[in-house]
Order: sequence, then structure tokens, then C-alpha cells
Amino acid sequence: MPMKESSSISSKREIKAPIVREDLDQAGENLHKILKESISDFPGSEISVSIDMVTVKIDSVQLAKICEFLKYTEKFGFDYLSCITVVDYEKDQEIFEMIYHLISIRLHHKMAIKVPLPSNDPTVPSVLGVWKSADWFEREAHDLFGIKFEGRENLPPLLLYEGFEGYPGRKSYPFHDYGEW
Amino acid sequence: MQVHQQVSEYSDAIDLMVNMGPQHPSTHGVFRLVIWVDGERIVKVEPHIGYLHRGSEKICESEQYSQIVTLFDRLDYVGNLNNELAFCLAVEKLTETVVPERAEYIRVILCELNRIASHMLFYGVYGLDVGATTPMLYGFRERERVQELFESVTGARMMHNYIRIGGVKEDVPDDFDKNVLILLDHLKRGVDECDRLLSQNEMFLARTKGVGIITGEDALDYGVTGPALRASGVIEDVRVTDPYSIYSRFDFGIPVGSNGDCWDRYYVRVEEMRESIKIVEQAISDIPDGDISAKVRRIIRPPVGEVFVRTESPRGDLGVFLVSDGSDKPYRVKVRPPSFANLQALEYMLEDTYIADAVLVLGSIDIIMGEVDR
Repeated sequence: MPMKESSSISSKREIKAPIVREDLDQAGENLHKILKESISDFPGSEISVSIDMVTVKIDSVQLAKICEFLKYTEKFGFDYLSCITVVDYEKDQEIFEMIYHLISIRLHHKMAIKVPLPSNDPTVPSVLGVWKSADWFEREAHDLFGIKFEGRENLPPLLLYEGFEGYPGRKSYPFHDYGEW
Repeated sequence: MQVHQQVSEYSDAIDLMVNMGPQHPSTHGVFRLVIWVDGERIVKVEPHIGYLHRGSEKICESEQYSQIVTLFDRLDYVGNLNNELAFCLAVEKLTETVVPERAEYIRVILCELNRIASHMLFYGVYGLDVGATTPMLYGFRERERVQELFESVTGARMMHNYIRIGGVKEDVPDDFDKNVLILLDHLKRGVDECDRLLSQNEMFLARTKGVGIITGEDALDYGVTGPALRASGVIEDVRVTDPYSIYSRFDFGIPVGSNGDCWDRYYVRVEEMRESIKIVEQAISDIPDGDISAKVRRIIRPPVGEVFVRTESPRGDLGVFLVSDGSDKPYRVKVRPPSFANLQALEYMLEDTYIADAVLVLGSIDIIMGEVDR
């Protein structure tokens, strides 16, 4: 497929400062407090709040460890992985950001884990062993963004057909290729 | 006489591979299921999806915020209004827009009616899956009544584009209250009639009781949400546990099953229709007058940031994750479709069931392929 730069992508977006707005509910406040104490066990992790979501930024090597910790520790109890998102920041920061949204059905709180991956080698440990719901979400990320998952080699395509070339979720993939006719 | 030895190793036992679909008449969309059977018993299944992949999330990145609402209509094309609501809530949360009371009430009334319409479709189609033709006629009759009301309000039967960022498109017609009350009256009788027709039917019970069982713990592990999760005994409804819009004001119950089999998944939906009727009744009695939309700019430019919103769609936990870079188009839109996650559990549910039950179990999850493939 001919790679053609789309006009909407090539125009440089100016980077603005993100908003700092905290709007945590009671459960979120509590989670933020206890998470702050426990997170020091994981070096290099950062905790922040984005509107109503407590967010932990962590290095990819520690992902499996923190996921197990969050699921099996009594006071966190994140028994449900809602979704896995990939955000493509290749153009500005040369990273892909993996975002795991976790929800505790038992304790009614939620959080997000962010894992930045270098765009030249986006490899991340699989969390399939922790939550089974990660299965198709990881395959989707592999299909659309070319993320590689440790321990899950040779993933067959899920949403795309066999033999599809390129990663259509990425910003660099040509999009609107047609003109007026 | 020769006794056929029970073989425990799958590799020896597999003697037939059955391909169902794409577009098997009862697979609810363009879905392919490959089944390995040992006699009548299912050994292994492999679902294939993606036939309807349109790249909706990527298309969203090239459209302005107000244009995206129509794309969300086309994800879950049976619960359209619930989908529109999820996206609008995400943008409103990011831009800190306060939606007027009247618009909130209209949204809740229409979304709950949409839930009833969706469950009525499920009811009819599930009857067909089991092999009963009559329920389909009754289910579609009730659904059609709801669709008629939608048409009088939004102008469209399915792709409404009615819920907008900051409120709704236009005020409801003058006879809306009256029509809703008449509709509720019909629906109440309709739900009871449908319930009497199928739920306790002996053959229906024989086909669905104890089939496709999933425990609450496993369901949660697989990411199953909505009626399918509640059928397994987990009390979880986003409208109650993480309330959005004005759902915290209404008094309604969460129907919960106990066995997690096909019948529970079916009956939770029937009961849910009754609860939805209760919500609409309460909403229609205290709907206030006033504006139907907040003042929003024609071209919306939310501040830089990201937001994750959870809503309860007819099929389960519908999440929308939105990343804004401050421009008039979103940087990334991610939909967390409930059907997508629910469908993952199909492999587990079909383990060691009979091939005749495959369609039955698939039907009980109530998937919409437009949402699975996006």
C-alpha cells in the first residue's frame, strides 16, 4: 500500500498545557491516599489525578508485578479490567502510551495505569495471566498499533484480515486518501 | 459388542470441524464460529470477528466533536441513544458543561425506552434461537411501539442523532407526555404477556436451564458486564454503582440471577424491562420545563486532557475514553464496547456443551456486531 502523508496529520499540532482539574469522589480520594503509600514499592512510578481518575504512570518492566499487586491486594481488589487503550504520541514524543482502565466491582473505585513504550520497539508484558479480559484487547492493540506482547508471539489478526499490511490505528497510517469526484 | 473408549485427549477425539458463518442465520450479525466437535459435544471453539470493522475510532479522529455523535449511533445499532449519551457525557465532562434539567430528563426517558426496545429485540430473537417463532412477533410488536415514539421525537427510527453535546437536539413534541404514558401502559402489558408466553414454557426451560453456565468470578475475569454478569449473581449496574446523568434520583432495582445459565441471562433482561418502566414513570412525572440545551460553542474545543466515562448500555458497561489535544477534533477516541468483552467469554461458556446449544448460548449474550467490530 502506498504510504501517503495525510494533510490532517502533517499539519503540526501545537502542544498546549494540559488542564489540572481534580474532581475525585469519596472512593477516589480514599484510593488516592492508600495508593500513594503503596506505590513507593515500585520505583519510578508516578501518581496523578486526571479529573476523576487516579492515574499511575509506570515503567513497562513493572507492569505485570503492579497488576498482580492491584488485583490480589485486599484493599485495592481490582477484579475487573475494563479496557486497554493505545494512544499514539509518535510524532511529538516518540512513544505509544498503553492505558489500562481498572475497576473494582467490589469496592466501587477505578483507576488507570499508564505505560509509555518507545515507538521503535513497543513491547509490553502481557497481562492475560492476571485478567482474562485482556485477551482480545491485546490482540486489538497488536492489530491496529503493532504493539508486541511478551509471552504472546504469533498473534493471529482479530479485527483485520490475514495478510493485512501496516498498522491502521497509528497516526502515520494514511487515512483520507480520496478527493472530490 | 465393542465399547467405544472415552478419549480424554482432545487431539485424538476431534473428528469433525464445523464452520458456522459468516452470516449463519442465527448468529446475530456477520460472525464466524469454528467449532471442533467430538460427536455432539463441543471440544473447542474459535470465534472470528472483524467482518464489520469500519475503523470507527480512527474516523473519529478526523471529525469534529459534534459530528462524532452520528458515528456512535452506528456502533450499537439497537441501543443508539445509549451510545450517543456515552459520548456526549465524555465531552461534557471534559468541557465542564452543565446540562439543563429538562434535557437530562428527556435523555433518561429516551435511553430507558431504548433499553426496553433493545431487550424486546433480544426477547424476540432469543425465541427464534430456541426454535419458538411466536415470541418474535410479540417482541417486535412492542419494540415497534417504542420506535414509533422515537420517530415522533427524533425524526428517525434508528439513527437518531438526537442527543447532542450539552443537551438534546430539540424539544419533545407537545403530546410527548401523553404518548409516553400510553406507551408505558402498552409496554407493561406487553412485558407481562411476553413473560407469560415464553419464560416458564417447559421446552424453553429444558433448553436453557443449566446451559452455558458461567460463575460470577469467571464472568468478571472475562470482563463480562451488564445483564450477562448480573445473571451470574454479581450486583453491578453502572447506573447505581457509579451513577451518571441523573440516575441517582430514581428508585429502581437491579435484577440479579443466581445460576449464570442461559435462562438467567434471559430472565434478567425481562425483569430489567420492568425496572426501566419504573424509571420512565418516575421521570415523566417530574420532568421540569426549561431549556433543552446548554450554551455550547458551535465548534467545541475542549481543554487538553483525557477522560474516561462509564455508562450502562443495554448490553453492559459501555466506556468511552477521550483524549483531547485542545483542537476541534479529538486526538484519540476509544470505545469500550460491552459486546466485545462479553463475546470473549463465549469460549468458556461453550466448553463441554452440545453443538445444538451453541447458537442458544451465543444468543443469550446478546451481541451486536456493529459494536464488537467497530
